[in-house]
Amino acid sequence: MDTNELNVPGYEIPPEVQGQVAITTLDRIYNWGRRASVWPMMFGLACCAIEMICTAASRFDLARFGMEIMRPSPRQSDLMIVSGTVTKKMVPIIVRLYNQMPEPKYVLAMGACASGGGPFKEGYNVVSGIDKFIPVDVYVPGCPPTPQALLNGLMKIQEKITGEHWRNSRWYQKGRDLAEIPIPILGPDLIDPRKVEEYHRRLAESEA
Amino acid sequence: MTAPAPVETLDLAARFPGWVTPDSRPGYSGWIVEKDKLLDFARALRDDLGYDYLSSVTGVDYLPEGKMEVVYHAYKTTGGPGVNFKVQVERRDPVEVPSLVSIYPGAEFQEREAWDLLGIKFTGHPDLRRILMWEDFAGHPLRKDWREAYFEEEFKPFKSRWPEGKFQMAEDKARLGDNLSFPAGFDPRKKTDFDPEKALYEALRQYQKTESGLETEHLLVNIGPHHPSTHGVFRVAVVLDGETIVNLKPVMGYLHRNHEKIGERNTFLMNMPYTDRLDYLTSMSNNFGYALAVEKLMGITPPERAEYIRVMMAELTRIANHVWAIGFLLNDLGAYFTPMLYAQEERELILDIFEAVSGSRMMCNYFRFGGVARDLPDGVLEKVRDLAFDRLPRKVDELENLLADNEIIRARGIGQGVLTAEDAIRYSTSGPLLRASGIPYDVRRAEPYSIYDRLEFDVACRPNGDIYDRMMIRFDEIRQSLRIIQQTVKQIPAGPIMAVKPAYQVRVPPGEAYGRVEGPKGELGFYIVSTGKSSPWRYHVRAPSFINLTAFGPMCVGQKIADLVAILGSIDIVLGECDR
Amino acid sequence: MSEMYGKGILKGLGVTLKRFWDTYWEDAVWLFRQVTRGERRYRSPEGIAHRASKNTRGIFTVQYPEEKLPVPEEFRFVPFLVYEEGPNGEKVMRCTSCGICSRVCPPQCIWIVRTTDPETGRPIPDPAEFYIDIDICMNCGLCAEFCPFDAIKMDHDYELASFGRSVYDKEKLAKPVSYYESIRPLNAARENAARAAKEAARLAASAKPEA
Ligand code: SF4
Ligand code: SF4
Ligand code: SF4
Repeated sequence: MDTNELNVPGYEIPPEVQGQVAITTLDRIYNWGRRASVWPMMFGLACCAIEMICTAASRFDLARFGMEIMRPSPRQSDLMIVSGTVTKKMVPIIVRLYNQMPEPKYVLAMGACASGGGPFKEGYNVVSGIDKFIPVDVYVPGCPPTPQALLNGLMKIQEKITGEHWRNSRWYQKGRDLAEIPIPILGPDLIDPRKVEEYHRRLAESEA
Repeated sequence: MTAPAPVETLDLAARFPGWVTPDSRPGYSGWIVEKDKLLDFARALRDDLGYDYLSSVTGVDYLPEGKMEVVYHAYKTTGGPGVNFKVQVERRDPVEVPSLVSIYPGAEFQEREAWDLLGIKFTGHPDLRRILMWEDFAGHPLRKDWREAYFEEEFKPFKSRWPEGKFQMAEDKARLGDNLSFPAGFDPRKKTDFDPEKALYEALRQYQKTESGLETEHLLVNIGPHHPSTHGVFRVAVVLDGETIVNLKPVMGYLHRNHEKIGERNTFLMNMPYTDRLDYLTSMSNNFGYALAVEKLMGITPPERAEYIRVMMAELTRIANHVWAIGFLLNDLGAYFTPMLYAQEERELILDIFEAVSGSRMMCNYFRFGGVARDLPDGVLEKVRDLAFDRLPRKVDELENLLADNEIIRARGIGQGVLTAEDAIRYSTSGPLLRASGIPYDVRRAEPYSIYDRLEFDVACRPNGDIYDRMMIRFDEIRQSLRIIQQTVKQIPAGPIMAVKPAYQVRVPPGEAYGRVEGPKGELGFYIVSTGKSSPWRYHVRAPSFINLTAFGPMCVGQKIADLVAILGSIDIVLGECDR
Repeated sequence: MSEMYGKGILKGLGVTLKRFWDTYWEDAVWLFRQVTRGERRYRSPEGIAHRASKNTRGIFTVQYPEEKLPVPEEFRFVPFLVYEEGPNGEKVMRCTSCGICSRVCPPQCIWIVRTTDPETGRPIPDPAEFYIDIDICMNCGLCAEFCPFDAIKMDHDYELASFGRSVYDKEKLAKPVSYYESIRPLNAARENAARAAKEAARLAASAKPEA
């Protein structure tokens, strides 16, 4: 995407100043700036993480998208690339990391495992997709997605950022959605605190 | 060619009358040891017979027979075939077997795994906690009567897929709507304080107090599972005295994907792509090990050309893995990304070959029982030749020039994180870790498989067992691998690539087999028990990353905390294989 | 240490300097090639091929999305169903819903409903429903390898990122045979030849009794 697109604010520009000044909207320049400096969290889970590292390395070079600064700390990152199988043992940590990320924050589910459970879905320690716990913005299928497929997904994130408006993005709304996601508990199995009532009901139903 | 079946000259039954009987089940080999005599037997095996290396420990749940069995595979580090011995106990809780940790400390993690997944209690084990699952988890999932929440049928293929395959997500079918199962009578609403860390911290506190005069407060630090230098979701809990490590426990299981449970539902062929995802940097080697184990059971050998292709691919994998390992070790040492990027370039070129041959850069799924999936496409052999004769030798020299004499690397590597030869064997380490400690043990030479007995190469070996040697031995191994690839490129014959007709249902006679290969990370073994059905009864992976970590604690104690990441980097683990 | 301290670091710096130099040298070489032979370093097939060859030096990056690394014929991403185009543009699925692919699929992510003849109740070789859960599929290629009718094949298209979870149905999976032949020409030619040979043998066999 080139900078020309910034100059299309959606307003009538008088002919005498056309080509003289650059006019844009705050939204546009704001989104343009954010889009070109998405810092992913340096966070790998499984096989897909290897392809993520390859994407960041010299052949595919995330720096071309302004994303080369992989931050190990969630406090400094904008994007969580969930790259790999989410296990029950790991999910409390992922949720905690997500809670610690500052807004605006995005989540990309990389690969089949993070998107929907993947080949290991039936396993007793595997979560069927990270979207069961945290909101996911872009899903990249593949097992593993090749670096170019991941780049395609990252461009989708950029696309999403471009289309955002401060009035309706969820981090500028009062109260809504901003509460921290409760951390799942490792009991006899993984307990999602948001769902205990539902579990209880279902247990009672199935016993009846 | 696989070596002719090793002649068991050893008659343990005659040597230990009353203790040991030969395993006479059809398709099985080895010895059954009386439970009460296990410790004495193991000590004699190690001290009198020279089987100093305990490669693998695992359990099998023989539910129909009402038995639990623990299977051990021991070898001599001087080479040659191994012995396989078993202990059988009644399948009635508590299932108890004496622990071998006092004789073979390398059994520590493997016994913990067997306790975790199969519920076999090892009496006398110094720290018998769960290792892959968390402490409060209900049940022992690898038992045959344990069912996961998404359970459909005992064996694949599932009937619900065809011909009436109305699409339905597993979530919609599961009782709780999620991949969950609670023990009977459990009320999820009840606030219970589950603390998965309690047992760990208790275990950590049991270290010997150091003999320094001053009384100091010790500090407990957790590194990982989200930490950039733990190579994935790995966690180390350390107790520090100032900056010195006084005790350390690795914590894993954050990537436990239930390989073995899924593998026992899969058919034999279905497991092939799953092995790709064990050590996802070396999928060709994993394929190799699994194919060897099943071929052993089936009694087939692949044709010549397939053997050459297999070896060529396995050695390319080794190079790709080792450049990656070197690059990441340097990342951990602080040489942020430059060596890594240089190394990646070569790896990418190798991945191009894998992609052309097998269709995928990482998940090759290329080996089949009795050969390989498809012949080399046009132009690939030339590419391999170009890399093996021209580019890679050049580039490996360049990388070595960049790193080998660097004073910082030498200062941080030489004499740090030493693993002595004796310890390396005691802790059952394998691969570059073992060989950098001065033990020239390489499965390709010790018990040659495929065509390795015909190829010329040296077993790389370094004497000091420190971080620096573990880095340099990887350069040596790359050079040897290049030698092997050069030979295979020159000698590869024309001919078929499959010994049998490709089929998706293979007939595997009943019995057991242990197939092992020298993977880039170390000895990769597959223990498979077949009952003659389409799926394996037991499918166990002896993962080198996992077992090499047994030596991690002892290597770190007494070192500074800053060296911990370097030591971990020099072991070169991959969590997919470690946690499975 | 008797030698000069820092020599090793200098040696290493020499390597990085050489690689730095390579980048610009390579640019100069390509400038020459562009002037003399009209070959460009970026955004051209020869440039990409050179960067993926053993002679690559200097900048190694493939500038996705402007340039894409070509995928080899065997490359596999997600599966798709091949259909033949009938004379009036109708789609004739090659799939006979024999179910082999759903039986070999390791994570069991293929779901097929077979069509049955409403009158006789006998199965018709045409799938009524065909689903692949793309977010379970492990791209292993076993379905394509063992389909006896060359009806399911592995796609080359990897640009599938979406804003939702992917489960592909029959419509989404179906792609024309011409597409298949364009991405895997050698495989398609081999399979076509094998099918033609089989057909000829069958014809010959059925012709014999009459002769
Ligand atoms: S999607 Fe495939 S490659 Fe990615 S983590 Fe899951 S199994 Fe590994
Ligand atoms: S795609 Fe092939 S294997 Fe699968 S049901 Fe159709 S014809 Fe059978
Ligand atoms: S590629 Fe493999 S996992 Fe995917 S549908 Fe085909 S057989 Fe199943």
